[in-house]
Amino acid sequence: MPWGEFKDTAAERRLFQRRATVMLVFVFLLLAGLVARMYQLQVVEHDIYTTLSDRNRVQVQSVPPPRGLVYDRNQVLLAENRPVFSVTLVPERVGDVDATLQQLVSILDVSDEDLERFQRRLREPRRPFQEIPLRYDLTEDEIARLAVLRHELPGVEVEAELVRYYPHSELTAHALGFVGRINREELQRIDSVNYAGTNYIGKSGVERFYEELLHGKVGYQHVETNARGRTLRVLDRENPVPGEDLQLHLDLRLQNRAHELLDGRRGAIVAIEPATGGILALASVPGFDANKFVTGISVPDYRELSDSKDKPLFNRALRGQYPPGSTLKPMLAIAALDSGAVTRDHTIWDPGFFQINSAGRRWRDWKRGGHGWVDLTYAMAQSCDVYFYEAAVEMGVDTMVSYLSHFGFGEDATLDVSGALSGLLPSPDWKRATRNEPWYPGDTVNLGIGQGFMLSTPLQLATATALIANRGEWVEPRLLKDIQGDRTPDEFLPSETHEPLKLKDPDNWEYIADAMAEVMHGVKGTARGAGRGAPYRMAGKTGTAQVFSLAEDEEYDAEEVRERLRDHALFVGFAPLKNPQIAVAVIVENGGGGSSTAAPVARELFDAWLLEFSAVADGPSISKADPTSEAP
Amino acid sequence: MATREVFSSTASNPLGRPRGVWSALHLDPILLVLLVALVSGGLFVLYSGADRNLDVVKAQGVRFGIAFVVMLVFAQLDPSVFRRWAPWLYIVGLAGLVAVLFVGVGAKGAQRWLALPGLPRFQPSELMKLVVPMMAAWYLSRHFLPPKLSRIGVGLAIVLLPMVLIVKQPDLGTSLLVGMAGLFVVFFAGMSWKLISAFLVMVSVAAPLMWFFGMREYQKQRVLTLLDPQSDPLGAGWNIIQSKTAIGSGGVDGKGWLQGTQSHLEFLPESHTDFIVAVLAEEFGFIGVLILLSVYFLIILRCLFISVTAQDSFSRLVAGALTMTFFIYVFVNVGMVSGLLPVVGVPLPLISYGGTSTVTLMAAFGILMSIHTHRRMITA
Repeated sequence: MPWGEFKDTAAERRLFQRRATVMLVFVFLLLAGLVARMYQLQVVEHDIYTTLSDRNRVQVQSVPPPRGLVYDRNQVLLAENRPVFSVTLVPERVGDVDATLQQLVSILDVSDEDLERFQRRLREPRRPFQEIPLRYDLTEDEIARLAVLRHELPGVEVEAELVRYYPHSELTAHALGFVGRINREELQRIDSVNYAGTNYIGKSGVERFYEELLHGKVGYQHVETNARGRTLRVLDRENPVPGEDLQLHLDLRLQNRAHELLDGRRGAIVAIEPATGGILALASVPGFDANKFVTGISVPDYRELSDSKDKPLFNRALRGQYPPGSTLKPMLAIAALDSGAVTRDHTIWDPGFFQINSAGRRWRDWKRGGHGWVDLTYAMAQSCDVYFYEAAVEMGVDTMVSYLSHFGFGEDATLDVSGALSGLLPSPDWKRATRNEPWYPGDTVNLGIGQGFMLSTPLQLATATALIANRGEWVEPRLLKDIQGDRTPDEFLPSETHEPLKLKDPDNWEYIADAMAEVMHGVKGTARGAGRGAPYRMAGKTGTAQVFSLAEDEEYDAEEVRERLRDHALFVGFAPLKNPQIAVAVIVENGGGGSSTAAPVARELFDAWLLEFSAVADGPSISKADPTSEAP
Repeated sequence: MATREVFSSTASNPLGRPRGVWSALHLDPILLVLLVALVSGGLFVLYSGADRNLDVVKAQGVRFGIAFVVMLVFAQLDPSVFRRWAPWLYIVGLAGLVAVLFVGVGAKGAQRWLALPGLPRFQPSELMKLVVPMMAAWYLSRHFLPPKLSRIGVGLAIVLLPMVLIVKQPDLGTSLLVGMAGLFVVFFAGMSWKLISAFLVMVSVAAPLMWFFGMREYQKQRVLTLLDPQSDPLGAGWNIIQSKTAIGSGGVDGKGWLQGTQSHLEFLPESHTDFIVAVLAEEFGFIGVLILLSVYFLIILRCLFISVTAQDSFSRLVAGALTMTFFIYVFVNVGMVSGLLPVVGVPLPLISYGGTSTVTLMAAFGILMSIHTHRRMITA
């Protein structure tokens, strides 16, 4: 029943033809519209889209420079860079993120903190196929476990990053400092271009002071990437300039010895090479493992360190400010001689105490009953307090302060030691300004034996001692010995600012050095025990700093005082006497007496430096200071 | 049946009717050549769009093979067969659409597939792309054209019913294509311009209502992204930005075959399916686009000619509607890839990778060839 034939009228055919014509026009117009659109995109706006397309595929990547290495004076590596691995997820390639996370948590140690950070990053807008880190600092075990399960974990990647590592961290944490993740404050300060690929920055010590040198210059590469950010090829590349490798004056062996000598105690040792000002050892005990701080220390670990009574995070060598006590006497002796307050022949009668006027307060000598007739050499050897009380009053506070400031007290005289404190050199002006009190004559008396308000750091004491060892030639203490490559340390070390200390009679340097030798070698020397049997002559001065003040006639027994209230034991010295190779300052907190506790430590260091190490590395330094020629 | 065969095999045809072997196979050589040219050119673009994956090209080749067989089979059937079967197919299709809503399978929150035991998986909505215009044509061509208002109303209802069911899946893109196919029938049937204007006004009123009550969140997102792709450059806007970048960077003569950075570096999503025209535009440039659109235009031109020369109203309406549906495919796909229309998931006909739409399209061309090659000598 083909009904079309009956119904197929010319009218219907013409109607359809008209409608088909309309549709043809419709089709033509819309196609023309598409052509116009394509013309707009491909011809008119071609340049815009070419740029977009290139920007898409060509990315500028910053190439972080490897951080410069740090060596000790014998080329022993103190700071290096090691790859640290982290695990990341690309959600687009992970089938089921939750299931994958669960699986990862079961094979890795993932904290709630890590998970929370991951989930937050997952919700944030980001480029497709951009990876999200889950956990940093994987152990080798964890990497191995991930490698085994890799085929089951699509979209899970292990990525490597070079991170600072300190192989001898417990020994060097205080001397070297450490790096850590760049924080918000530092972000404001740094050159955002140069640090484009860098995550770490020097936080303290050498790492902080020489940040610019160690960091290097960022490099760039234009890479072609696909939409997943995967690099397909490098189009062109400007290599980063690696950070400079630094060599320090530090000697790891001496540093290690210093730590051994103070082991189990609290204290600090600073050893300086007088000729160069180079810091040979800078020990603050107890130390800590700076590696923990690099990738971010955990809260319990940090609490353990910061809550410890022994204060391992406290850098005693640079920031520990102690009363110098009798270790200040060599410097005061120079001041007294040069200012004319005393002469070499000047003697006093020491009855065991000192009074400014006969009715006034008595300042007692450490030796009950007194030393009797005392000259300057004897006063040094026996550490006679009364002699220095009198000399102090004779000099007056201004003269003392003037000389002491020449020795670097009351300032940070270092060139490149980050974070060193300047101690406290008291003066009448200072006392008026801070305490609103006048300077009493008694304050002058106290300053005469390094007590009272005066505070100094072990580094300052070592610096002042090195000045005596150098017979007045100033060499500011420094850590940087050499920069590997073409550049010299002079380009980066701050300029030296101290004038040499010129005495009216330069021979007084020898005189005081000899007096210090009496301390070590004289029959009455307070440190004769420590100086006994040495094949070389050395100079030294013991000291004891009171932790709390005693009333004027009160006796005290170290045994009875709780350990923490015992005196700090101090010692300064240099060796050999002629042409000194090493100057040290030792402080043992609550160590009791300087002669019994601190002086033997210094002797061990002298022996180590002059006899043990020099024979191996630096040649026979002792031959330059033949003990026989120096024997009195 | 016997008379028809006598006429078709012996008579010479004043209308330029195909003869000889073409006539025996019931194929239209002009349309066939254009389709083969489009398909074979498309396979080259597909090879690039699939990032040199020969397996994809082979799979698509197999699909085209099947689709050509389907076309061949459809071409053999007399148009009257389609007309007789139209109501039954329509009922089967509706049943299928209803079944999909209850037992359908699918992904991404949309149920489109029907997996009946013993039958291959298929999409009833895909079937409806052919059946709805046939059904509308069957209904309207039973009476004199142009149709009366009441008949237009029934015709529109025939179209609207499957549309609603498909929207429910939800599959807005297919629903609109099915609707367009039906509406073209009504248009070709001679719906008066007054009514058309009124209808357009109605649509423009309904659109905002659809926005607030009918559209899913992801569908709204697509429209919003079209209006301002930069508002979500890493999310929904990514596709459009990347495809415009691919097209624009192609320039006049393109980056060369297999040299498109946008597609080969995976910036362009769906580069071998819905967005394949961007690959062509990037690699063959404006010239390539002009050639592609010209081929499409020639196919449409030939199909409109077939429609106009068809011998009965049913054939004309079906042929015209199928032709326009094919055009709508092209326009919507190229429009969406070039950022003129929202991303609605319409493939580029006969070039995009994918089976179902290819078979449907080739079946439609089979129907057109059937209409063209089964004409009788009786002319008005």
